[in-house]
Amino acid sequence: MKSMTGPPRRVLAWSAPALLALIVLPYVVPPYQTVLLTYGLVFAIAALGFNLLLGYTGLLSFGHSAYFGMGAYAVAFTVKYLKLESMEALLLGGILASGAVAALFGLLCVRYTKIFFGILTMALSQVLWSLAFKFFWVTGGSDGLRVPTPTLLGGLVRAGSDKFEFLSHRYYFYVLAIFAICVAVMWVIVHSPFGQALQAIRDNETRAEFVGVQVWHYRWVAFLISGIFTGLAGALWVPLNGLTTPDILHWTFSGKMVFFTVLGGFQTFFGPIIGAVIYNYLETYAVGHTVYWQMVLGIVLVVLVLALPAGIVGTVRRLAVRPAKAA
Amino acid sequence: MDTLVVHVLNALLYASVMFLIAGGLSLIYGVMRIVNLAHGNLYAFGAYVTAWAVGRALGGATEASFWMYALLPVGAIAAAALGAVLEPTLLRPLYRRAEEYQLLITFGLLLILEDLMRLIWGPYPLQASALYEGLGSLTFGESIYPTYNLVVIVIGGVAAAGLWAFVYRTQFGVVLRATSQNMRMAAALGVNVNRVYVQAFTLGCFMAGLGGSVIVPQQGAVLGMGVDALILAFVVVVIGGLGSLEGALIGALLVGFVREAGITFFPEVELAVLYLMAAAVLMIRPAGILGRA
Repeated sequence: MKSMTGPPRRVLAWSAPALLALIVLPYVVPPYQTVLLTYGLVFAIAALGFNLLLGYTGLLSFGHSAYFGMGAYAVAFTVKYLKLESMEALLLGGILASGAVAALFGLLCVRYTKIFFGILTMALSQVLWSLAFKFFWVTGGSDGLRVPTPTLLGGLVRAGSDKFEFLSHRYYFYVLAIFAICVAVMWVIVHSPFGQALQAIRDNETRAEFVGVQVWHYRWVAFLISGIFTGLAGALWVPLNGLTTPDILHWTFSGKMVFFTVLGGFQTFFGPIIGAVIYNYLETYAVGHTVYWQMVLGIVLVVLVLALPAGIVGTVRRLAVRPAKAA
Repeated sequence: MDTLVVHVLNALLYASVMFLIAGGLSLIYGVMRIVNLAHGNLYAFGAYVTAWAVGRALGGATEASFWMYALLPVGAIAAAALGAVLEPTLLRPLYRRAEEYQLLITFGLLLILEDLMRLIWGPYPLQASALYEGLGSLTFGESIYPTYNLVVIVIGGVAAAGLWAFVYRTQFGVVLRATSQNMRMAAALGVNVNRVYVQAFTLGCFMAGLGGSVIVPQQGAVLGMGVDALILAFVVVVIGGLGSLEGALIGALLVGFVREAGITFFPEVELAVLYLMAAAVLMIRPAGILGRA
């Protein structure tokens, strides 16, 4: 079994400057770019969670829109019915809701693998989508629910009059901090004995079972963690978008999550993060330049699968490793 | 009593179209072990081509002449041709790779085809309702029912019978089933597997296109119809059993009747009930009602 990441010291050596660059960035680039990057970081958190299943456990979910959407709708409901506006309370709501759904759906799904797992996760996520779509008196139907800008850090940081300024500075740092925590937590998870057991299950389920790994239990916990990360991303996404619509529960949104994870490279730890950020730029610019943006994305995906199956990070690493071996 | 007949006919109408789409999906999975996420787009493609052809044939006229019904298969043939091009170019390189990649490439294809239709036919719906109205309607007792819907039901039934005869009563069907059961053994016995794959994929796309062609006079062709149809087709094949044609027929009938009942009695949760049915079948019998594990 091959570990999917390099030694910790080397990772720290380049992730610390990367984090520093992300902190300095809002002071250098225009606010619009910062907001765009905030979206990217939010998707990166979702991708981190998603890849715990795909990259580390070997399960391809086509229904992760369910957890992203649950996180987002939980925020909207908390604002609407509990009248809360503190972001921490909203995040807690998002985590609890997506965790509860992931725990339930996971229980049903983890007994299956491969295509059956994919279709089952997809069918269950579509149940939520159709409910959000049809019960318009609760969810606003296809119009969705509006969510006002929340306050951060228990009311210490408020939005003020300029919402865009708030999103491009204070909210950016807020998301960045949570993103950094998520990366650290996920790093610890995949390098723990638990994470090693998941990789053992991915590589050979039967052997893992023989050495005493309780396969379905590990898969369920991985499913739950994965769902919570994705739900957290959904909750963070709401203030950016200002609105939740059923689109984020639809299975095509799950497809996007698969897309950016594979774009970055699902066999690496940092691949999905890079993939999510790049995908977000790609989609934004494609949407801005042509009505046929879906075709652009589709062509990128087809070329990617045919020519660069290891993804961006996987390909770069392979190119970097080859000369080193030759020397 | 009359309304019951109308409900049953409506259910059969859904079932016919669903069988055409899901039967093709199931055939492709059964032979090639590929879940084609772009299958719904081939259905939409068939609908668009037929609507376009009928529109051109009508010119400015509003009344359909009888010969225009001969244009119905045009969409199916176009979808089949598209399938015959797609399989060797995009899918064939991927058979040796993990099935994740096969799903992804068909998802990419879904995105491309969706916009290709927008590019060719524009963002507005295309209609072929002249064919639908041209046949008038029948009256039983107090109820009236569009004759065209009966035609669709008959086409669905004939397609099911024809497909059964094709798969179980012809030389090609034997080769198809042999490849489906054991691809390596079939190849060892001299079957040209590449050819069988492209034929199976083309046939599957033909069925999806036929589904789109026959329904377009009644519903029109709109963007996004493929994505919606795909998920219902999934429900059908999951209930009946992935890869089983008889299963697709049973699944289509079940989905047709539940949908019709849903629209009448529980419209809010109609779709949710269908997805839950699929999930329940997967959990109790992962291979579906008639599938082989």
